[in-house]
Amino acid sequence: MHLRAFLLYALRAVTSGDRRYHLWMGSLTAVMLGGGYAYLVQAEHGLVVTGMNDHVSWGLYISNMAFLVGVAAAAVMLVLPAYVLKDVDFSKAVLLAEGVAVSALVMCLGFVMANSPGYPWKWWRLTPGIGLLNWPDSMLAWDVVMLNGYLVLNLFIPLYILYSHFIGEQPLKRKYVPFVYMSVFWAVSIHLVTAFLFAGLTARPFWNSALLGPRFLASAFTAGPACMILLIGFIRANTRYPIPAGAVDKLAIATTVAAQANLVMLLSELIFEFYSPTHHSISARYLFFGLGEHDALVPWIRTGIALNIAATCVLMIHPLRRNPRVLMWACAALFLGIWVEKGIGLVVPGFVPSPLGEIVEYTPTWVELWVTAGIWAMGLFVLTVLVRVALPIELGEARSPYLEAPPPARGARPRTARPRYKDVRPFRTR
Amino acid sequence: MSDDGTPALPETLPDGTLLQKPVDRRGALGLLAAGVVAGVAAASACRPLNASTPEERELKVLEWQEFTQKHYRRMTESERAETVRRIERLAELRHHEEVTIATTDAQPGVLFGYAFNISKCQGYRNCVEACINENNLDRASDTQYIRIFEMEDGVVNLEDADPTYQHEAPAEGHFYMGTQCFQCANPPCVPVCPVGATWQEPDGIVVIDYNWCVGCRACMAACPYWARRFNWAAPEVPADEVNPVQHYLGNRGRKKGCVEKCTFCIHRTRKGLLPACAEACPTGARVFGNLLDPDSEIRWVLANKQIFRLKEELATEPRFWYFSD
Repeated sequence: MHLRAFLLYALRAVTSGDRRYHLWMGSLTAVMLGGGYAYLVQAEHGLVVTGMNDHVSWGLYISNMAFLVGVAAAAVMLVLPAYVLKDVDFSKAVLLAEGVAVSALVMCLGFVMANSPGYPWKWWRLTPGIGLLNWPDSMLAWDVVMLNGYLVLNLFIPLYILYSHFIGEQPLKRKYVPFVYMSVFWAVSIHLVTAFLFAGLTARPFWNSALLGPRFLASAFTAGPACMILLIGFIRANTRYPIPAGAVDKLAIATTVAAQANLVMLLSELIFEFYSPTHHSISARYLFFGLGEHDALVPWIRTGIALNIAATCVLMIHPLRRNPRVLMWACAALFLGIWVEKGIGLVVPGFVPSPLGEIVEYTPTWVELWVTAGIWAMGLFVLTVLVRVALPIELGEARSPYLEAPPPARGARPRTARPRYKDVRPFRTR
Repeated sequence: MSDDGTPALPETLPDGTLLQKPVDRRGALGLLAAGVVAGVAAASACRPLNASTPEERELKVLEWQEFTQKHYRRMTESERAETVRRIERLAELRHHEEVTIATTDAQPGVLFGYAFNISKCQGYRNCVEACINENNLDRASDTQYIRIFEMEDGVVNLEDADPTYQHEAPAEGHFYMGTQCFQCANPPCVPVCPVGATWQEPDGIVVIDYNWCVGCRACMAACPYWARRFNWAAPEVPADEVNPVQHYLGNRGRKKGCVEKCTFCIHRTRKGLLPACAEACPTGARVFGNLLDPDSEIRWVLANKQIFRLKEELATEPRFWYFSD
């Protein structure tokens, strides 16, 4: 009864809205359709329609995957303080973080699918039991397990809490807190595992570095919270959902620290590669300076690093960081900068030159660009749906119609009216 | 469900016979799904636009069985035989090719090794051509397992070498060095596979189950010798150039989206023949043999020549050595 009401409510929540909302969802759908068409072209003809080849055998898809795993992992930056440390400021924002994690994971899995030609159902071979999951040997097998597990965790926890609120009950801590602790460790693990996927390959000296794991974490904890700050900024400007300014301040500080750590690691890598260059530095030389006429990535990485440095410097100056407008721009710059640095800036140079020294450059084709855009649109679509469903429940506007008492008034805390509502939320906003 | 018990879902074959066979749990699942697909296929066969011939219907059923087939290493002898029959029939239906596919296992007491004489190789690339023909490599993308690097005398550096030279060989002041899959004793490409589609056989050959491969290309990223190739599109081999003598783990037809590699011509070497590249070489630069046979030529080379291997520091232990006279 409640479940049906919940599903009906969710359907209504995502299908009704003002013109701006419909325009937004409509454009996302259009881009997704374009991406779907490109995906079909790729499934039909094979990956020959992409820019990848035997030399550069991973491209835009795996680049985006590596980046988005970081964005997903960064939910821990809010989950940890909100649930474990009981930080009041983060109690409202944590739902958004979990939403971002879910949509980032959907995109990650989408990119993993897109990277393998043909149709997704061939992945039945990964299913333990009927297929063969090469675990624990294969880092990719680990990644599949971790990504799916993290997806389930990040769907389960907020859904449970939201649903409990929807049916006017208090979420039971013993039911979800163990999973919260799991998700904290899981978040760090998914990103480390993704780093190890690259770092474990001795064939590619550019990735084969002990620094890669920590660097992945640092950049994830830069890009993820930066994305959260942008989203919170949007929510605060456009809804009544009360996220205290303190949450943004704290996130901004966390982002700044992570961005600094990321730059320190970048410096460390640059010194390592270029102070006494060896044959193993050649990929780094290709990335940062180009090899003769082969310099496709140079403008990208330089822009990315410039964005990172500029944004980090801005964030380090307190008055600038506290200015919401400047903060938004800095976060957007960081997000883009990390996307370049950890996406194509990490994946493609690993393949240039090939292990036998041949230099073949990579340029994505329209098919890859459309599939990539389509998957990003899918992620944004999922995020919008999640936020759209979650916010009214958390605002107390949406309650199951089968509850005995009428749903509480807008924004009102039902504490006095219904004593058992006391502290219904894990987030205390006092 | 018992191993031999439940009869497979009867599937009506074009000639009206029933395909009955013993199944285990996994097989049953596949067959169950096959039944659904066969049903769908049968339903769609009723539609005039899709009015398929018996061959087309058979093709659909076989393609589904191919899609749901087990991992090669988990097949019993009879399942292997059946799989191979199916693939042979598919080659006939799809490309009108008559091929025979072997599943010969590694021979006991055999461990293959290869030695390459860099003072003898003249860069003619007969080996490359023989390999293409022998292994049914894709002609459209000009796939090659063997790479011959032209290097200036006195420097062994792959980065400065030219693997795509177009002039007549040998060029003055140059020497030649061939690479292919080295069948490492410690292959970095094997553990990375998420579905275990690639492994090392007891005779040292690293093989791929093309049907099991999901095409993620982790193995290509992991190989330090750039030995693996991907089927970016469906490979094309003119029907009259197909080598019909094939092995399941070797030169049989590949599909788009799977990885392939040199298998030391597994379909030849397991029968005691030389790999096509070694046989085609007019200079005698290629020495192939059984490392476990103390009287083999390869053992003599390893014992009496100055030898080296590529990227020894990676501890991959290639079973492919270079030497000079």
